[in-house]
Amino acid sequence: MPPLPTSVPIAWYLTLSAILFSLGVLGFILRRNIITVFMSIELMLNAVNLTFITFSYMLKRVDGHIFSFFVMVVAAAEAAVGLAIILTVFKNRQTLEIDEVSSLKN
Amino acid sequence: MDAILFLVFAAIAVICGINMVVQKHPIASALSLVGVMAALAALYLLLGGEFIAAAQLVVYSGAIMVLFVFVIMLLNAGAEKKSIIRPWGKYFGAPLLLVFFGIMSFVVQRMTPASDGVTFGGFRGAGPREIGQSLFTVYLLPFEVTSILILIAILGAIVLARKEID
Repeated sequence: MPPLPTSVPIAWYLTLSAILFSLGVLGFILRRNIITVFMSIELMLNAVNLTFITFSYMLKRVDGHIFSFFVMVVAAAEAAVGLAIILTVFKNRQTLEIDEVSSLKN
Repeated sequence: MDAILFLVFAAIAVICGINMVVQKHPIASALSLVGVMAALAALYLLLGGEFIAAAQLVVYSGAIMVLFVFVIMLLNAGAEKKSIIRPWGKYFGAPLLLVFFGIMSFVVQRMTPASDGVTFGGFRGAGPREIGQSLFTVYLLPFEVTSILILIAILGAIVLARKEID
């Protein structure tokens, strides 16, 4: 096993972010429960936030932090509206399966 | 020490992320997502973002995930049925994902400077003071626009969750 570096390379953080983003995409595509799909979107937003903070460290600027702050705010607004939509869908159709909500398909 | 801390929290984040994708029950997925967010907050601290780390814990793993868990409980969501994975997805999806991931990490390794890594306390320009200064001078207009966005989101959520909608 190679010795651990004294400072963590920037690439490690970006690779972790890529892993988390890929997991989010995977969940978004594979899962069928509408709430889990929504949580996968949140995971992708978190991965992008990590990239913002990492680049902010790399460039020694504060702007990445501001951007990830805005991403958090938008995610909060999105969660409120999205969960309200999920509630309405469930009230009308009594299901949470995304494959059964397909009125626009045909 | 920094590398050990990074590896520990990165491992927690990745394991919780995988758990979130493979768990069948939504409540297990939600709790795994809380684990990912807490681990990411620790990583933000390592990167010198104290304010963002606190906001991550309060807003994400506090407010947003409580909302998720609340809705899951309210709808009494059970375990989902098995996903239908078509053959081309099974035989091409995983290799393509690996290839995509390999290319991405290769590009990242090549693009970022290998000399200056992340050390704890190496960047002190993103405390609450600096973020506040930047937020209320350079980013004042986006900040105000965001407040309007939140107002619209509140109204939308109230309208959508009304009783008589059909």
